[in-house]
Amino acid sequence: MNQTARTPLVEMRDISISFGGIKAVDHVSIDLHPGEVVGLLGHNGAGKSTLIKCLSGAYQKDAGQILINGEEVTINNPRDARAQNIETIYQTLALADNLDAASNLFLGRELRRSGLVDDAKMEAETRKIMGRLNPNFRKFNVPVSALSGGQRQSVAIARAVYFNAKILIMDEPTAALGPHETQMVAELIQELKAQGLGIFLIEHDIHNVMKLCDRASVMKNGQLVGTVNVKDVTDDDILGMIILGKKPAHLAA
Amino acid sequence: MTDQGLSAQGAGPRRSVIDTLEIDVRLLGMLMAFAAVALVFTIWTGGTFVGPRNVFNIAVQTVPVAIMACGMVFVIVARHIDLSVGSMLAMCSAVMAMSQAQWLPALFGLEYGNPAILVATILIGLVTGTLIGSLTGWLVGYQRIPSFIVTLGGLLIWRNLNWFTTNGQSVALTDPNLLMFGGTEGVLGATASWVVGLIASAVAVWVIASARRTKQGHGFMVKPLWAETVMAGLIVGAILFFVGWLSRYPIPEAKLKRLFEARGEVMPEGYTAMHGLPISVLILILVAVVMTVVAKKTTFGRYIFAMGGNPDAAELSGINTRLLTVKIFALMGFLCAIAGLVAQARLQSHGNDLGDKWELWVIAATVIGGTALAGGVGTIYGAVLGALIMQSLQSGMAMVGVDTPFQNIIVGLVLVIAVWVDILYRKRLGLTK
Repeated sequence: MNQTARTPLVEMRDISISFGGIKAVDHVSIDLHPGEVVGLLGHNGAGKSTLIKCLSGAYQKDAGQILINGEEVTINNPRDARAQNIETIYQTLALADNLDAASNLFLGRELRRSGLVDDAKMEAETRKIMGRLNPNFRKFNVPVSALSGGQRQSVAIARAVYFNAKILIMDEPTAALGPHETQMVAELIQELKAQGLGIFLIEHDIHNVMKLCDRASVMKNGQLVGTVNVKDVTDDDILGMIILGKKPAHLAA
Repeated sequence: MTDQGLSAQGAGPRRSVIDTLEIDVRLLGMLMAFAAVALVFTIWTGGTFVGPRNVFNIAVQTVPVAIMACGMVFVIVARHIDLSVGSMLAMCSAVMAMSQAQWLPALFGLEYGNPAILVATILIGLVTGTLIGSLTGWLVGYQRIPSFIVTLGGLLIWRNLNWFTTNGQSVALTDPNLLMFGGTEGVLGATASWVVGLIASAVAVWVIASARRTKQGHGFMVKPLWAETVMAGLIVGAILFFVGWLSRYPIPEAKLKRLFEARGEVMPEGYTAMHGLPISVLILILVAVVMTVVAKKTTFGRYIFAMGGNPDAAELSGINTRLLTVKIFALMGFLCAIAGLVAQARLQSHGNDLGDKWELWVIAATVIGGTALAGGVGTIYGAVLGALIMQSLQSGMAMVGVDTPFQNIIVGLVLVIAVWVDILYRKRLGLTK
């Protein structure tokens, strides 16, 4: 793939953000191309979630630039991010437990008919997309608190996929899932990639990274250790970057 | 909860009658509690309790608290609380009392009782309530002060600003147009009540039918036609029974004579007239219906429930939760103003203690009506029913001569037991985590 020739889908340049004097993200630059999966790795507290929340609008960066298709954009809140077709699947899933799947899927973007929310239409659309993502899903009329971890995950994924995301952020999408559901998510990532989406994947499991990602950016203590092509490195190289905070010797030059 | 999604696929398990009718079990429980209260006092009073006269009185007395309880549902569902509703009501009532009796007549040189003054007064009252509520909402939503604190402060502030507004005096209100909002002085009469009842029934049937058609249009499973018919029948029956019952409560002869004399006529021999629906009850019904539509069918309502279920999720979904908080409290203030109008019209005066401790009744009614203080769960009809149950209890106890301290003890017990039973029930069904 000749990615260098094209403008990146997302470019985060020199992003910094600090909380009360602690630099959570310290001058970090990463980018993402269409049809690419970039893994974000690092220990807990390395700053990867914080960095990505600047893109999803949950936090505001202190300094730096965000470019989408080469143009600088301002993202101050989740609404701005959605307007740029950036969708996020949070680790916590960010579901309203007391509402049903359709209400969650369309939360903030309800379908309406003559000014009132059109529940029937939203349920029909939810049935359609769930039929594609998770054909075993049946619980359309109960609060999502009554769903299993995997079912909740599929609601969160459906929400991101339904609205024609161009950029998808997934924060440990398989952390709470069994092997079967993990496989399902892996297949979905491949499918979305083939459709030309760019995906940022925050992941702890090194095997998932090797399997799913094209490139991996490793962070430590708020700083970027480096970005590598996954096919050029081994598990151990990446683990070394996470633990030691150093690029492997054969790539350092 | 049954898995309706599963049965939508055809081969669901056999379902009970309640499941088939899709009646909210909580609603059923409240209706049964209400029926039990009514039954006990009916027997105890030898039938007077359910007589048209007492039913009328209970309905009229419930209105202010029930109107505010509708707003409190939104506040509590959004994980907030409003302790200042009684004081806000008093403040709005004070402003309205002074506007109509002193300020506006002096300003425009009009006489007290001019309809233009009343219209202006009501508008001023509604604006006052909305502004007070917005201020509360701004402090809670944008300044992040806990609503408990803001409204506890509001409880003291508005109660006593009310005192200054009227210089501590009661304001007598005699404008017959105003008194129409109070209950006894503003009734539709039998014929108009029946017309309203029939229109309401027709609307109810139309709503049920069109909801069914929409579901069928999307190919969802709907409940059997007989179940739909039974539900529609129950609702229409309840509406018409209520209307019919109030239309059997005669207006006293002496009062009718006065009404005729006021028009310069003589009352014909043997003339009778019935109360029918009070206007204040119509206002409550209108508020409850509109609030239910807002809760279930508008994005505003949907966002309130989402925010109550998971504030972070609501925020991350792009919902402006701060502005939403302002709107919720503004609506609460608006409803306090309506309740204040009804309360002052019923008492035919504004007194300093108007609405004193009503915040407790309002919160109790809301909670008895199934709204969870943890947020995210609650219904408007539940809150209205909760207010009705409390008013019935009080009215019944007063009729059989229970002392006031005991009345309060019993209402307190009912509040705690109602929530307890609800928790036990939810535990048994495994609905709580």
